[in-house]
Amino acid sequence: MAITSPPAPAAGRRPGQPAPAAAARRSGPRAAGRLAPYGFVAPFFVLFAAFGLFPLVYTAYVSLHRVELQTSEQMDWLGLQNYTRLFEDPFFWNALGNTFTIGVLSTVPQLLMALGLAHLLNYKLRGRTFFRVAMLMPYATSVAAATLVFAQLFGRDYGLINWLLTSAGLSPVDWQASTWASQLGVSAIVTWRWTGYNALIYLAGMQAIPGELYESAAMDGASRWQQFRHVTIPGLRPTIVFTVVVSTIGATQLFGEPLLYEGNAGGGISHQYQTLGLYMYEQGWTFFHLGRAAAVAWVMFLLIVVLALLNAAIAARRNRTDR
Amino acid sequence: MMLAKRSPLQGGPLAYAVLGTATLLFVFPFYWTVVAASRTNSELSAATPALTPGPNLFHNFGEALQQAAIGTALWNSLLVSAAVTAGVVLSSTLAGFAFAKLRFRGRGLLLAVTVGTMMIPPQLGVIPLFMVIVKMDLQNKLPAVILPALVSAFGVFFMRQFLIQALPDELIEAGRVDGASALRIFWSIVLPVARPGMAVLGMLTFMATWNDFFWPIVALSSQNPTVQVALKSLGQGYVPDQSVVMAGTLLGTLPVLLVFALLGRQIVGGIMQGAVKG
Repeated sequence: MAITSPPAPAAGRRPGQPAPAAAARRSGPRAAGRLAPYGFVAPFFVLFAAFGLFPLVYTAYVSLHRVELQTSEQMDWLGLQNYTRLFEDPFFWNALGNTFTIGVLSTVPQLLMALGLAHLLNYKLRGRTFFRVAMLMPYATSVAAATLVFAQLFGRDYGLINWLLTSAGLSPVDWQASTWASQLGVSAIVTWRWTGYNALIYLAGMQAIPGELYESAAMDGASRWQQFRHVTIPGLRPTIVFTVVVSTIGATQLFGEPLLYEGNAGGGISHQYQTLGLYMYEQGWTFFHLGRAAAVAWVMFLLIVVLALLNAAIAARRNRTDR
Repeated sequence: MMLAKRSPLQGGPLAYAVLGTATLLFVFPFYWTVVAASRTNSELSAATPALTPGPNLFHNFGEALQQAAIGTALWNSLLVSAAVTAGVVLSSTLAGFAFAKLRFRGRGLLLAVTVGTMMIPPQLGVIPLFMVIVKMDLQNKLPAVILPALVSAFGVFFMRQFLIQALPDELIEAGRVDGASALRIFWSIVLPVARPGMAVLGMLTFMATWNDFFWPIVALSSQNPTVQVALKSLGQGYVPDQSVVMAGTLLGTLPVLLVFALLGRQIVGGIMQGAVKG
């Protein structure tokens, strides 16, 4: 505060002199000051508009045209034909269904396990940093690397998992050709990569819950489980909503795992684990129909909007019933 | 008082057992990658698979470098990740500062656009982006993967949140009274305060760029790959030998794991910090 108000006597001691100097000084930065904020945001917004916003919006326009990969500068108007062709394609509906089932298989167990792990990590522990860092290591691994390793582990004939199963006297599983097994395999990769990350997010949320709430719950005779249910979970609600939104959006985009699980864009011999992301890639870069791929992208965007609205509605509903 | 002391509960043996098992599951694939990368193909397809590392690691590394252009890929990934990290950290700090501390017309709208698009997956824009890159004649060249990644809406939001807390208004006010220009204020007042946030954003951006998959495989080819593009070729049967595939995977992952070994604590801290603010 002392810095912002210049001492009055000093101005009196140098009459005439400081006033014009101060005025000049002030008007200079102030005129520049009015434009300066735009200068600060310009580098971001120029590139963001060109490579972020424009492609998102332009996708809708491209989806109304015939555009082929090899001649991508030529666009022929098609109207809604890309969409009608899409909705007539059984593989599109197959991919939509797979995206949903793999989405559930990969996010629900993942977030529940993350919640449990976060609860344990919140205890006073020896080697807590070790546990946290180890849990985050899969997150640092790329989709491609993780999938190549898991594809080996899930190998039908020489995979370690089937070896374990047969050693335990069980029959081996065809982790590629079987629909459920292959979807479980793909989901396992997602779960492995993201559980630790979400556990840390939950842990951060748990540490922000005031300790007094637990104390008063304990004084009221609440068991640890009751404390978890009635103090931790409500306190974590914003964090939980955040992770649900982020992992649901991630699930709609699933791409690298199913692509490299067996190394083809079809998502298995009978497309049994082809997701929408993979279907879009197949349309564009295997069949060369960029316009059709853009239609898929736009459908995926609408899917996200619907999911976001659904989530907001559920959150609003819960808030109302709580009150 | 006594209750307050008790409030971070002591973990019992069960907590250690569960966390230990989970850690084992998280770490085992790394261990197994080393095992597979240091064996021969026939050992991998034996009736009883090898469970300990073998002697062939460096031989397989050599094969991977030769057969799958992993050397080029590592160099390209380093270039791309470094350039993108520098761009994102700089542009995000500039814009984050403006959104955190400066008043200007259209600020609310611009911020809403930034935050509103943060959740939209960039994957949905790849088709027009691809058409733009083809038009600019950048296909299969590194700028194709650098240019679109130089800015990040998340980065701007992250730096804004960081600076709102870390940078007192009085400091900027003092700089203004001293007659410092906007750029001067940014350079000598904002940057020093922003450094910890920039470091966290830099680490997260570097890892995310190194691991980025969809756009690089669309924009680049196996002739001039980044690590992830090379791994895709490996996964699509480009190299038949599975132990070489695993050696390539290990080589492509080692740099990030190294960064992680050195800065793991800070990365954990950054993610948890971001979670509370987000």
